[in-house]
Amino acid sequence: MKTLVWVEHDNASVKDATLSAVTAAAKLGDVDLLVAGQGAAAAADAAAQIAGVGKVLLADDAAYANALAENVAPLIAGLAEGYDAVLFPATTTGKNVAPRVAALLDVMQISDILSVEGPKTFTRPIYAGNAIATVESSDAKLVITVRGTAFEKAATSGGSGTVEAVSGTGDAGLSSFVGAELAKNERPELTSAKIIVSGGRALKDGDTFQQLIFPLADKLHAAVGASRAAVDAGYVPNDYQVGQTGKIVAPEIYIAVGISGAIQHLAGMKDSKTIIAINKDEDAPIFQVADIGLVGDLFTVVPELTSKL
Amino acid sequence: MKILVPVKRVIDYNVKPRVKADGTGVDLSNVKMSMNPFDEIAVEEAIRLKEAGKAEEIVAISVGPAKAQETLRTALAMGADRAILVESDAEVEPLAVAKILKGIVAEENPGLVILGKQAIDDDSNQTGQMLAALLGRPQGTFASKVEIDGDAVSVTREVDGGLETVKLTLPAIVTTDLRLNEPRYASLPNIMKAKKKPLDTKGPADYGVDIAPRLKTLKVAEPAVRQAGIKVPDVDTLVNKLKDMGIAN
Repeated sequence: MKTLVWVEHDNASVKDATLSAVTAAAKLGDVDLLVAGQGAAAAADAAAQIAGVGKVLLADDAAYANALAENVAPLIAGLAEGYDAVLFPATTTGKNVAPRVAALLDVMQISDILSVEGPKTFTRPIYAGNAIATVESSDAKLVITVRGTAFEKAATSGGSGTVEAVSGTGDAGLSSFVGAELAKNERPELTSAKIIVSGGRALKDGDTFQQLIFPLADKLHAAVGASRAAVDAGYVPNDYQVGQTGKIVAPEIYIAVGISGAIQHLAGMKDSKTIIAINKDEDAPIFQVADIGLVGDLFTVVPELTSKL
Repeated sequence: MKILVPVKRVIDYNVKPRVKADGTGVDLSNVKMSMNPFDEIAVEEAIRLKEAGKAEEIVAISVGPAKAQETLRTALAMGADRAILVESDAEVEPLAVAKILKGIVAEENPGLVILGKQAIDDDSNQTGQMLAALLGRPQGTFASKVEIDGDAVSVTREVDGGLETVKLTLPAIVTTDLRLNEPRYASLPNIMKAKKKPLDTKGPADYGVDIAPRLKTLKVAEPAVRQAGIKVPDVDTLVNKLKDMGIAN
């Protein structure tokens, strides 16, 4: 089977979630990559180093600069001609573009796969991860998004892919990029961090969140996350949210502080290797999934923990 | 401008779904059903645009069983003007829903179609993008802000790194994220009034759409259960545990 993986990149390097998609694609067959962007040659060179890749198709055009789905989807649908499956990381950008490609190809997309069970059979979460469905596609071509935490990341070196320039239809004239407000964060990215410290509504307000969660995270060189309740209450911006409707994470260690453990939140972090929960309510559902639990008042426990590390 | 708002009847978000013992799916008998939460946000956004004088008519649409009428009545009670039910007892996949919606768009000519970004049952997150593709129209997905500006719409999108704004020419497709707005509750008088608002019933065949599924569900299983671990009595014990894991000095 020939597969094409759409690469998410920042023009210089390949984003981690793509590496997981490459691993999933390799389970299906040969893997080529598509790097679409403007001035993205360095990203294509980096992509060619990924272990096991064949060709790296580079579509360099101003129209592809911000991954606008209206422009990128026809490019990918055109290239899909020569492939049996097209895979995307299930990031916000991947989720934006992939269904548009699927519809252009008249294919029913398989979203957020967790495993490859056969050439056309996959598992995927439904009902916020409360059930896992095994589905088999009857489409001639496959369009798939890959949950990053479910697959190992492919190695970023050792590959010897060849970069080949391709072109598409360019600007569809339907949409334009106005701007982005991306959070400036000195800390590791949530989706690739080894340790995450997450805070919940029990933190009371934004200031308390800053004063308690951030120093602990800094001590551990950890990323900072939050529950939906904490985000909705305005303690931290939305890009901190871990959960079914936020980011799906699976770090080595996840420390949940003042998070009760709503289904919504658990769906986003229950694949973490070790879960540590700090909560004053000993019956909080978070303790049912935690490897290590500490029942206590976070306002005294967290500063003590931070000082003793 | 007319706005179409597709809504889906799904298991209520407060209900914990239970997998059927025979592994064929999730048990939906005697379970509370509601409008998909993201679709409620879509209905609310359409009503706010109408209240702001940017839209004249809101048409709610549902593709689903006869009981999806209740979901449409909820949309009408919130403030939609009329409704179309495309009735199907069989499950309809996002691609087929998008094709049906394309047929309705051809008849209704809306300036905007606002959809929830995903349904909380199948979690596909596809229908809006697919509809945009089939129509060759721009898409503003995962919206946290929607501003109509003449013959264009600015959509602020929730993306992994923060927020991103795109400008789309109308007509366009928008899908909603959680923080776009807080949906209103329908008042009792409006619930009564909604009963008299027009609701047309159609079928997939009226739009020439084949709803035969492309994906076959072979099995539905419970996710692997995590075992609860240990409780530690104090911070010192926790620090020692962290040291054992090699993450503290």
